[in-house]
Amino acid sequence: MIRNGGQVVYETKGDTLVVRVGGEIDHHSAVAVRVGIDEKISAERPGRVLLELSRVDFMDSSGLGLIMGRYALVQKYGGNFAVLDPSVAVLKIIRLAGMERMITILKTKEKKDA
Amino acid sequence: MKSKVDFSATVENEMVLSLPSLSVNEGMARAAVSAFCAQLNPTAVEIADIKCAVSEAVTNCIVHAYRGEIGEIVIGVKLCEGRLIQIEIKDKGCGIPDVKKAREPLYTTDAENERSGMGFTVMENFCDDLRVRSRVGKGTTVTLLKRLHK
Repeated sequence: MIRNGGQVVYETKGDTLVVRVGGEIDHHSAVAVRVGIDEKISAERPGRVLLELSRVDFMDSSGLGLIMGRYALVQKYGGNFAVLDPSVAVLKIIRLAGMERMITILKTKEKKDA
Repeated sequence: MKSKVDFSATVENEMVLSLPSLSVNEGMARAAVSAFCAQLNPTAVEIADIKCAVSEAVTNCIVHAYRGEIGEIVIGVKLCEGRLIQIEIKDKGCGIPDVKKAREPLYTTDAENERSGMGFTVMENFCDDLRVRSRVGKGTTVTLLKRLHK
C-alpha cells in the first residue's frame, strides 16, 4: 500500500469501469489520482463508473472533491456513477458532507459502519 | 452541540514542527502529530479524527494561505491535563478576509480545483472546539482542541 499517495487500479467489466483507489487520499495525492482517472474515463466513456474505495485508509475533504468531480464528469456524458464499498474513513466523511443524498453508494461487502 | 473546552489547560508535554508549504508534507504533518498524540493512548477513531483535522488545516495553508508559493507552516501540539490535546497550525500567508464566511459548509474560493469547501466543517466535527484567528496580509492561526476518552 502506497502511503501519502493514491494507488489506482482499473478493471473493465463489459460497459463498467471499476476504479480501485487505495492508500491515502489528500490534496497531494488527489491531483495525480484525478488526472489518471479522467484520462481513462475520457478515452473510454464507460456506461458505468464504479469508484471502489475499500482500501482507502485515510481521506480528507480533498477526497470529497475527487468523488464529486468524477461524478460530474461521468454525468456530463450521460454515464452512471457510484462509489463502491467505501472504507470506514471514507464513509465517515461522505456522511458528514451529506454526499450520500446525491451519489449512489454500493456495498458488496459486509462492513461495520463508522 | 458539543460543549466548549478550555483553551488554557495546564500543558504536560509539547512539540513544535516547522515545515515548508509543500503538498507532499501534508502526510508528514498528520503522521507526526498523531505519533506525538499516541502517548495518550487514544482510540483508533480519535487518531483518525486528529489526522483528518490536521490534514485539513495544513492543506488550507498550502492551497489558500500561500497559494502555490512556499512559506512556513508551524504546527504546535500541546498535551494538556485532562487528556486534552491542543493543536495550533500557523501560517504567515494572505489571511482570511471573512472568517465567518470561510467556516460555512461548502464555501470555497477554489472550486475550479475541486476544493469541496468542507475543510473547516471537517475540523469542527472531528474536534471538540476550533478557533480561527486571521489578519489579512499577516496570516492565520487555527487552533484545534480534542478531548480524548477517559
